[in-house]
Amino acid sequence: MNIPFTKHTLGNGLDVLVHEDHGCPIVAVSVWYHVGSKNERPGRTGFAHLFEHLMFEGSQHYDRGYFHPLQEAGASLNGSTNADRTNYWEVAPTSALELALWMESDRMGYLLPALTTAKFENQRDVVLNERRQNYENRPYGLAGMAIVSALFPPDHPYHWLTIGEAADLHAARLEQVKAFFQTYYRPRNASLALAGDVDTARAIALAEQYFGEIESGEPPPPVDAAPPPPLASEIRMLLEDRVELPRLYLAWHSPALFAGGDAELDLVAELLASGKTSRLYRALVYDQRLATEVAASQNSRELGSFFQVVATAAPGRTLAELERAITREIATLVDKGPTETEMERCLAQAEAHFIYRLQTVGGFGGKSDQLNAYNVFRNDPAYFERDLARYRNATAGALQQMAGRYLRSARAVLSVVPRGRLALALPGSQPVAVS
Amino acid sequence: MPADRTRLPEPGPDHPFVFPEIRRRRLPNGVRVWTVEHRQVPLVSVLCLLPVGASADPPDRPGLAAIAADMLDEGSGDRSALDVYEALGRMGAQLDTDVGHDATLVSLTTLERFLQPGLDLVADMLMHPRLEQREFDRVRDLRLNRLLQLRDMPPAQADRAFTHLLFRNHPYGHLPLGSEGALRAMTVRELAAFHRSAFDPARMTIVLVGDATHDVLAEAAARAFGGWTPSADAPPPIDPVAAAPPPAVASRLALVHRPGAAQSELRIGQVAVSRETPDYHALLVVNMVLGGQFISRLNLKLREEKGYTYGARTAFEFRRAPGPFVFQASVQSDATTDAVRETLAELRAIRGERPVTRQELELGRAALTRGYPRSFETADQIARAAAQLALYGLPDDYFSRFVPMVLALDEAQVTRAAAAHLDPPRLLTVIVGDRDRLAPSLASLDMGDAADVAVG
Repeated sequence: MNIPFTKHTLGNGLDVLVHEDHGCPIVAVSVWYHVGSKNERPGRTGFAHLFEHLMFEGSQHYDRGYFHPLQEAGASLNGSTNADRTNYWEVAPTSALELALWMESDRMGYLLPALTTAKFENQRDVVLNERRQNYENRPYGLAGMAIVSALFPPDHPYHWLTIGEAADLHAARLEQVKAFFQTYYRPRNASLALAGDVDTARAIALAEQYFGEIESGEPPPPVDAAPPPPLASEIRMLLEDRVELPRLYLAWHSPALFAGGDAELDLVAELLASGKTSRLYRALVYDQRLATEVAASQNSRELGSFFQVVATAAPGRTLAELERAITREIATLVDKGPTETEMERCLAQAEAHFIYRLQTVGGFGGKSDQLNAYNVFRNDPAYFERDLARYRNATAGALQQMAGRYLRSARAVLSVVPRGRLALALPGSQPVAVS
Repeated sequence: MPADRTRLPEPGPDHPFVFPEIRRRRLPNGVRVWTVEHRQVPLVSVLCLLPVGASADPPDRPGLAAIAADMLDEGSGDRSALDVYEALGRMGAQLDTDVGHDATLVSLTTLERFLQPGLDLVADMLMHPRLEQREFDRVRDLRLNRLLQLRDMPPAQADRAFTHLLFRNHPYGHLPLGSEGALRAMTVRELAAFHRSAFDPARMTIVLVGDATHDVLAEAAARAFGGWTPSADAPPPIDPVAAAPPPAVASRLALVHRPGAAQSELRIGQVAVSRETPDYHALLVVNMVLGGQFISRLNLKLREEKGYTYGARTAFEFRRAPGPFVFQASVQSDATTDAVRETLAELRAIRGERPVTRQELELGRAALTRGYPRSFETADQIARAAAQLALYGLPDDYFSRFVPMVLALDEAQVTRAAAAHLDPPRLLTVIVGDRDRLAPSLASLDMGDAADVAVG
């Protein structure tokens, strides 16, 4: 199982990856820039994401919005920003490939001449509304901020979420945003993947034609971040929110994306909370009915990850009961390790998920996105097979060992409780200021 | 050759798109088995369509169809609930149950090598759900907790209020999730009776799409579903098509009070048309112009020009009986009244004052037709498309006729469809937001007093 591809690097440093799949007359164009909120500084947060918005507002040679010609040509398109990278994609009918490349290359090479104060201020308002809609006005929407701010010290770039602080967004200036573009939006800091109904030689020729002329620029400065120091002791936090049911968050530092232990902890998350026979679902939701839902995840990132368990209390049950039950299940896993049945199940699920990712050529996920991820994070677009091997080769002993090493260290613990019901929080929790 | 940046490259000719062949069979017990070969990835998707959904809920039991579907994977035949979960996990299968107003869809995607065990499991769930009291109590509690949590979610509150006020006692007048009172009153006997009446092999269509031949797919389905016998004397479920149309809305403006809300959640709409409407294609274009894509009139106005919102969109919900047209957006609180005013103005204008232009027509048609193949990429997408043919009784060549039908429309036809099916005096506006902050400016809309809607 693999994603066959051809890689060609342009003179300006832009990597071009091409995968042919003629199953459907469509082609995916995916551009990754190796920049995210981890490249921001305290007081200047939210830039990478705000910038993503500005990339849709027009560039020098087509300054009438980015969506118009592409949607007219039948393409769907979007972009997203996270801590480590920013991506942009189009999935277009084969006939519109050249148009998509024209548009992507124009905003890579010629964005700034078209970037005005009016666009900047309008998109800042849109982002502030996005923040209201998805964080401030959403139940439990601020919990993620509390968790990362506890796990990572204030000068570590994972201390804030990608959406940024509202005050920083208000304080942002057009000149700063322009400097951000000149530093990070460079061919040598980007990766272009084309997947679908396309001929490899023609795809590479078109990439050369449209992107080859863009200046390569200076390499961006490396991210200067020491590994986050381990928590000295457990941090207990409390957040009041407009919610009906209290929810508990437990989070631990864990190995970085692709580092040793990362895949094992991904599988630990799977056997703890994926599917109804997983340990935490079965114990908390099915048998004891302490919780209405439970989730576990290994949140893999370049500079260091975190492992998180989230559970919502059933009416009448307490977060203290949830905390005890979760701690007990993790202790049992650490003491006795996974069973053979569990290993079979979670490896079957992991393998199936790898195959599910091959169903689409692009968009959020899909083969073009996968190729870019491996190219940007591993410098190896052929990493698919080895990535899968990380999971296939994981043993019960390794899962047990990694769970023991990481999930028994000091945790960040957050109780989210209905407004005014502070007594529902775990004992000893301190209010945390996020907004 | 350097890039020519003086003009955009013209898209080349559209590659013809041909929907893959569907082969249809019918088992002796009435189950329709439709197969499509899709050999790209070693997967199969199985979609079971039952054209009975939340509109078949008895009037005093909203939520019955949804919880009946929820109970399908909670134990069947010889398998306990945990056995079912374990079997799914070991196949790495994705099971998805979706209850809409018109239909119940159960879908399973799994590796091709699990085709038969996957089908056997799904067939067992549909044919022999155990519907045990113990599992029902647990599932109902989870559902009640979900309803409790939705009280905190403005989009859910808005959908609920909009649906209730628009459709009242019509079978479409409640969300599939149901209500707390009805869930508490439900019994497993009622579930069993609903299952007997709705889950009839003669109503069921099984669509199989995946990495196998038609014969292999169809034979696997026949083995799994062939032994299904209908219940003898079950009465037919409620049919939304037979119901009287809902009455006119009592008040054009309604408000769900959410103290201190950072944004207002908006729904604006009316009862519109059914899937049978001859204006179906024209209304798809109307929607593209109004709010069906990023470059639509409403998103450009409210997001890109005004910065009031992260996004605004519209949709016609084409159902077996007339469904809603709805605009939705979440807007910053102090822009609520302006956003409502701008939206109502756009909905009026497209009917003639500012008719659909040639350019908008071309944009809308192009987005619908040139992007058409994107909707048929994965096995699951193809299965869901095929299920539409079964649910709405569409002709076999529906997908291949879609593009020419849309391209044949002109701007006058599209504007005419907007004028015929958007009726400004009938538009209902629902706002979830802070009444105290909004009340003074809402008065300026001249739509009468906002009816207060309780959260339920």
